[in-house]
Amino acid sequence: MSLLSLTNVSAFYGPSQALFKVSLRVAEGQVVALMGRNGMGKTTTVKTIFRMLPVAGGELLFDGHDLRRLASHRAAKLGLGLVPEGRRCFPNLTVEENLIAAARPGHWDFKRVAQLFPRLEERRSQSAASLSGGEQQMLAIGRALMTNPRLLVLDEATEGLAPIVRQEIWKAIGTLKHESGLAILVIDKSLKELARIADEAVVLQRGETVWHGPMADVGNGVAEQYLGV
Amino acid sequence: MTRETLFNAVLGLGLFAFPLWAWWAEEPFMITLSTRVVILALAGVGLNLALGLGGLVSLGHAAFFGIGGYAMGILASHAQSYTPLMEFPFVIEGTKSMPVIWLVAVVASALAALVIGALSLRTSGVYFIMITLAFGQMLFYFAISWPAYGGEDGLSIYVRNSFPGLNTLDPIQFFLICYAILGAVLLLSARLAASPFGLALNAARQTSERVETVGIRPYRLRLTVFVISGMITGLAGALFADLNRFVSPSMLSWQTSGEIMVFVILGGVARLFGPVAGALLFILLEHVLGGLSEYWHIYLGLLLLGVVLFARGGVIGTLAGQGGKHG
Repeated sequence: MSLLSLTNVSAFYGPSQALFKVSLRVAEGQVVALMGRNGMGKTTTVKTIFRMLPVAGGELLFDGHDLRRLASHRAAKLGLGLVPEGRRCFPNLTVEENLIAAARPGHWDFKRVAQLFPRLEERRSQSAASLSGGEQQMLAIGRALMTNPRLLVLDEATEGLAPIVRQEIWKAIGTLKHESGLAILVIDKSLKELARIADEAVVLQRGETVWHGPMADVGNGVAEQYLGV
Repeated sequence: MTRETLFNAVLGLGLFAFPLWAWWAEEPFMITLSTRVVILALAGVGLNLALGLGGLVSLGHAAFFGIGGYAMGILASHAQSYTPLMEFPFVIEGTKSMPVIWLVAVVASALAALVIGALSLRTSGVYFIMITLAFGQMLFYFAISWPAYGGEDGLSIYVRNSFPGLNTLDPIQFFLICYAILGAVLLLSARLAASPFGLALNAARQTSERVETVGIRPYRLRLTVFVISGMITGLAGALFADLNRFVSPSMLSWQTSGEIMVFVILGGVARLFGPVAGALLFILLEHVLGGLSEYWHIYLGLLLLGVVLFARGGVIGTLAGQGGKHG
């Protein structure tokens, strides 16, 4: 049974329709890559899942709960964790405070997050605004983990980062997959890294799901056809 | 130890030492002036929780200050006239006991803050300011038209209320009570700011949408801090009425709300000791400049303008540098 399930979801930005028929499934412990060129509706899909954008049509379920009826904070409490595009840490709080502010009881606590990202331990008293881009990204992931989610959504988690930092982030995501069994919906442009970590892939084009299947099959013409790779 | 902590310690000790000196020098007026600083600082600490931590610009905090004041006035006036407050369905007598009065003041303010907050927090920005102001003015006009408790003339209490084991008529003993309460509330305020609740509230002040995605409901956090803030300001109101042995609708006026906000802005918004520094500066100006000119508020206005334009961290921000979220 799917943990997260979107069926023919549509959404609008004011009068403009951004999503037409988006369908995707993420099962427990599965990593699904949400792919597509720029402006095809990946972040809009994330915003719809997290109720930052109203659902105009279709079905949106998380663990059997109809997300359309839930406010954003309730969806998060059910176990949806978001690492938003652009990190969006709380700039006036320190690293430790950012993590405490989001904390909910469960497996993930400050110690475990610091084990995953030792740099956060080193910077624990530093304000989030003073961190480098990579450190802010680690903090954004750590903050999402502190909510003890069942499904983690990573929206462009490695965008704009130095290659060495990206490697560190991918390594952490790999650890999350293999050691914690967390379900992950990941959006990223790095096909190579996605191929290494994702089990399934969903491709969006103009706000519509145009392909879904095993990640291993993305190489067989899908990437050329829909992603321009 | 940070510069701010050092400054706070100096301020706290100075505020404690000055009335002790005045007591030794037999200057009771100076003790009363210090008590006034402490009580107004307490009201400011209450507002600072909502304003500094929650980002809630409330222009209706005089409502809680006045409710606290009237809680004291009503209970004490019934006690001094030996008439019950209520006879049906059960008898409620007045009281001269400070702890009981404080409890009533805090509970009444909490209930008022719950109602005002629950409605006002559905709005934000200028609408929030206007709604809180409107609630404050509603209570102000209600007090004016309430002849049973003095109406526009207010209520006088002949003897200060009592506290077990202390002589509250002795200015220094009453000061010590107020100072101890301020200390306890500052401690609570610091603990609250550093707690997961305070941090989440601070994060919600920076951005509502982001905190919702980590499972935090900003409305509930803001309502909770608004109620706590109202309770503290209500307690300050009860003490203020006891200090003056008088309560009047002016405690509920929008000017009072403005003055409480001035303490916070002058001292430093979101600084733990900001309202203490602000209230101290305000009373100093009132005392010094008020002796020179009847129009001393002009100078206060100029100072406030200077703080807003050039020293946005207030007195503490200017002296202790960047920071502030009750750090």
